[in-house]
Amino acid sequence: MLVLSGIAVVILGFALRFNPLLVVTLAGIVTGLAAGFDPLTVVAMLGKAFVDNRFIAVAWLVLPVIGLLERGGIRERARTLILKMHGATTGRVLTAYFVLRQLTATLGLTSLGGHVQMVRPVIAPMAEAAAERDGPLDDETRDHIRANAAAVDNIAVFFGEDVFIAIGSILLIQGFLAQNGISVTPPRIALWAIPTAVLAFVIHNIRLWLLDRRLARRKAAK
Amino acid sequence: MIGLDAIYIAAGLMFGAFAGSHALDGSNPRRWRSAVFWGCFALIMIAGSWLPHLVSGGFVLVMAVLATIGLKPGKDITTDTATRETSAAKLRDRLFLPALAIPAVTVIGTLLLPLWRIGGTPIIDPKQVTLVSLAIGAMVGLGLALRLLRTNVTTAAHEGRRLVDAMGWAAVLPQMLAALGGIFAIAGVGKVVATLATDHIPMDLPLIAVVVYTTGMAIFTIIMGNAFAAFPVMTAGIGLPLIVGKFGGYPVIMSALGMLSGFCGTLLTPMAANFNIVPAAILELRDRNAVIKVQAPTAFLLLFCNTVMMALFVFHR
Repeated sequence: MLVLSGIAVVILGFALRFNPLLVVTLAGIVTGLAAGFDPLTVVAMLGKAFVDNRFIAVAWLVLPVIGLLERGGIRERARTLILKMHGATTGRVLTAYFVLRQLTATLGLTSLGGHVQMVRPVIAPMAEAAAERDGPLDDETRDHIRANAAAVDNIAVFFGEDVFIAIGSILLIQGFLAQNGISVTPPRIALWAIPTAVLAFVIHNIRLWLLDRRLARRKAAK
Repeated sequence: MIGLDAIYIAAGLMFGAFAGSHALDGSNPRRWRSAVFWGCFALIMIAGSWLPHLVSGGFVLVMAVLATIGLKPGKDITTDTATRETSAAKLRDRLFLPALAIPAVTVIGTLLLPLWRIGGTPIIDPKQVTLVSLAIGAMVGLGLALRLLRTNVTTAAHEGRRLVDAMGWAAVLPQMLAALGGIFAIAGVGKVVATLATDHIPMDLPLIAVVVYTTGMAIFTIIMGNAFAAFPVMTAGIGLPLIVGKFGGYPVIMSALGMLSGFCGTLLTPMAANFNIVPAAILELRDRNAVIKVQAPTAFLLLFCNTVMMALFVFHR
């Protein structure tokens, strides 16, 4: 039971809005101490676990590329392209990205997208530009549109990738069931990811359509 | 074989350049905070395989303290909006090429690198092909962007630093959370949580077992930040013994919908930092939880749908 104190630290720390990096570090230390390790061993455990997960930081290698492209005006270019398209609305831009992201994910191409590579330099500026045609955006609306762009990237890939038979989660399920003496093939598992993929598409794109209606009403109110 | 160390050193050198860019920023009196923060991170990336774990752990503590007192980065060295608009008008759609080259090279590399062998031994460790491909993709993208903008790597370092400063500590949070997951595993946190759930909820009806399993997957994922960590624990604790064992459910449907219920939890938690907190930082949103708030209605509706589908189909073949 005592080892759960780390979870308590996380919940309390996030609820009280302490710095998340500090909260997570403290949670690791508290959990290690609660499990009966001495303080120096716990710091070493933390160091080893952090070093073991360095692969996560490899994705940041794209930062200089995206930074340079922003310097070259990629966000301004993305805006120009959308302003030339008649009928492009925030919701429709995001629906188009949803379709692209989910379809490529079902083919296992999950690297075609991402918040740093696609959403910040291209998708968010497009979604904002489509709304700005009706007049300047206040900070709150701009943040809301950007948050929606990030959400589309997540939802489309989460509920697309499981339809692909060689993705990590499908292999994890297959491996886990095999350990427990149940033999199944990946296509059978992936088949049962299709209904949720379709529902995710329908539910979220209705919400994007509602977002467009709210944005239009905002314009009319002005 | 080319392993991951070469890539970690490349990423470490990049963060080292960011640290250097901060250290040289004489206009910012607090420059040492950012310089030391990214310097520690760069050292862990470059030398983590050889440093004693206690030293790496010490660097992690220094980073956590600096993040808490505030990194306070100085002004970015970059161009203004007017310059960017002129540049955009000149370079036009060519600007998208380096950005598209990154995923294109990653995909091609993932497909082709495993075939590159000398005397039957793969040159690249097959398990690490995706990461190696991503790193190569980023290098190709960097080369193309430098040529397109006719500029040098110093500018690239400043522009990369501008983006990493926009995120600050959030950029290392996903790695820290993964480390916490590792410590949770050593301490056996998952098993304790599963025992708590199974011991205190009466599950004599198939429907209740299904509801506890799907919502349990979501809640466990919210706590651990990762559906992959929740799946083995919840499935061994509730799914296999009850839904499959006691009530004769079909394991494939249960597992597939169970995992997807966990993904609904991922959409709801700051613990899944790379999906929810990092984008809020990189998009410079004022509310750290803005992305989660947008995702919440979709996540709850999908969790409900998954539960209904499992209840309807798992017991009928």
